[in-house]
Amino acid sequence: MSASSKTETTPVVEEPLITGNQTFHTVTDVVSRIAERKTTVTWLALVGMSASLALVLLGSIGYLVWEGVGIWGLNVPVAWGWAIVNFVFWVGIGHAGTLISAILHLFRQRWRTSINRFAEAMTLFAVICALIFPAIHVGRIWVVYWMLPIPNQMEMWPQFRSPLLWDVFAVSVYFTVSLLFWYVGLIPDLATLRDRAKTKIRKLALGILSLGWRGGNRQWINYERAYLILAGLSTPLVLSVHSVVSTDFAVSMVPGWHTTIFPPYFVAGAIFSGFAMVMTLGIIVRKIFHLEDFITINHLEKMNKIMLLTGMMVGYAYACEFFVAWYSGNVYEAFTFVNRAFGPYAWAYWIMVTCNVLIPQIFWFRRFRRHVTIMFIATIFINIGMWFERFVIVMSLARDFLPSSWDYYSPTIWDILTFIGSFGLFFTLFLLFIRFVPVIAMAEVKAVLPQADPHHGEKH
Amino acid sequence: MAETKVTPKLEYGMIARFEGPKELLHAAEKVRDEGYTKFDCHSPFPIHGMDDAMGLKQSKVGYISGVGAALGFALGLWLQWWTSAVDYPLVIAGKPFFSYQAFVPVTFGLTVLFGALGAVFGMFHVNRLPQYFHGVFHSDRFPKFSDDAFFVSIEKEDPKYDRSSTMSFLESIGGAEIEVLEGE
Repeated sequence: MSASSKTETTPVVEEPLITGNQTFHTVTDVVSRIAERKTTVTWLALVGMSASLALVLLGSIGYLVWEGVGIWGLNVPVAWGWAIVNFVFWVGIGHAGTLISAILHLFRQRWRTSINRFAEAMTLFAVICALIFPAIHVGRIWVVYWMLPIPNQMEMWPQFRSPLLWDVFAVSVYFTVSLLFWYVGLIPDLATLRDRAKTKIRKLALGILSLGWRGGNRQWINYERAYLILAGLSTPLVLSVHSVVSTDFAVSMVPGWHTTIFPPYFVAGAIFSGFAMVMTLGIIVRKIFHLEDFITINHLEKMNKIMLLTGMMVGYAYACEFFVAWYSGNVYEAFTFVNRAFGPYAWAYWIMVTCNVLIPQIFWFRRFRRHVTIMFIATIFINIGMWFERFVIVMSLARDFLPSSWDYYSPTIWDILTFIGSFGLFFTLFLLFIRFVPVIAMAEVKAVLPQADPHHGEKH
Repeated sequence: MAETKVTPKLEYGMIARFEGPKELLHAAEKVRDEGYTKFDCHSPFPIHGMDDAMGLKQSKVGYISGVGAALGFALGLWLQWWTSAVDYPLVIAGKPFFSYQAFVPVTFGLTVLFGALGAVFGMFHVNRLPQYFHGVFHSDRFPKFSDDAFFVSIEKEDPKYDRSSTMSFLESIGGAEIEVLEGE
């Protein structure tokens, strides 16, 4: 009797999504101020550093165009080196943003509202970095437009049966749709900044960008429908993009590549690596802008759980590949995998296994899932591990069917500078984003506050 | 003050402020029941249940997106069929000219692309965006809608609109800071 009355008086309350007793106004204020405050010296210094790195990328590309792909460590049979590794690495990172914005939206995961804005921005910037690598790898970059179906004097068309061409379409569609999704999400927040703007230039620029939004429900009804459709379209899109990327490998006849597990395995890896990058950036943004009330420890814990899950899927794929290589009875396949784990690139293989399979296991423990420093370090390891995963896959080429052509691939300084430079570009874009755009989707966060529910406080 | 040229002011309608989402929702129901048709409820975020409270029909954006997706599908398949099998047929690895299985990824991509473009630009079209100006922006209070304020606006074009009776009606349903939207 007393026990039942006790449960009646203390019902299980879910922890609030946003803490600190926020009102609608404090949400506006805290988030808008980040985009409205004066440029700080720290920001300028950071932009200076990352923009310098981006110039390194530009210089490396310039030299590549001048001299040719021979400046990289490529040779037959390793005709694909760091460029494809970096491409898959960056495009994979992008996938977390779309997962958060689209798939979690369809699943009504309301906690996504705190993290979707910068995760989507990260997607865009990562895909920009990704697109650079295959584009500059084509050799004669001045005829890169041959990849597009543009009528020309030779009456030639792209080869639509090639997975490489599917990639051109998949990744560029992915970028366009992600940009649309991001911009549509931004419209109400740009209107908020417009309505707070003090200077004439800000008023004008934000007035144009927010399109004259006035938040009437006659607009919201169409807006929400468009947003839902974009989420519905992006969900299969994001799964297809990395599947298509994996067919670049899987459709070839190379042992270790020619497997049907590749599409789901790549998608899981993409989400895994993307979440690691979202966490890395999110933890920094949260710390420097004091957004602990918005990106709460519960948000971080949920993301850690997703990383644990996807990390296990990736680990399962590694094991499954080995099993199938043995079970198939194909000697080339079996050799490739033994070679991966114990051959000249064994160091890379075990870095991959340690970072991607072993380290995420700490997230079984609640203590580590809620420990910001530990999870930050873990995400860095996962970022590294996921780069090595792609390196390990690509290095299947180094020992192909013909032992006389076996060699040890190593990158040149230009491979390294191009890759490091791409981080410069990525961080430059990200710094510009956090300086000028609301890093948290204000309208969406307001909608998940308890007082946003019109039946809040009413008894059912 | 020096003599200034007096331009006749145009009247756009009226706005009234409400306390919060709950009050706005109930106000919307009452405005709807009173028989107004050209009114809107402005809020910083979409409010659950507001579509019914205002008596709005389902959004048309889905149809526009659907048409876009169908066009994208047709374009994708046609492009690959025409370039590979009609305009310049090339034998590649002994595959049929129209090897539709290999055409799935590009067709899918273009379906999604045109569906998404249809959703976004369809939404812009239905919402009349971008819009250079609207009467509600004559109010100095109105910009608070994007922060934490909730407004009902009734347009002058509404057949039931009448300056004094609409004002007292809005007051009777709990509207505060009622303002007639006027400007040049």
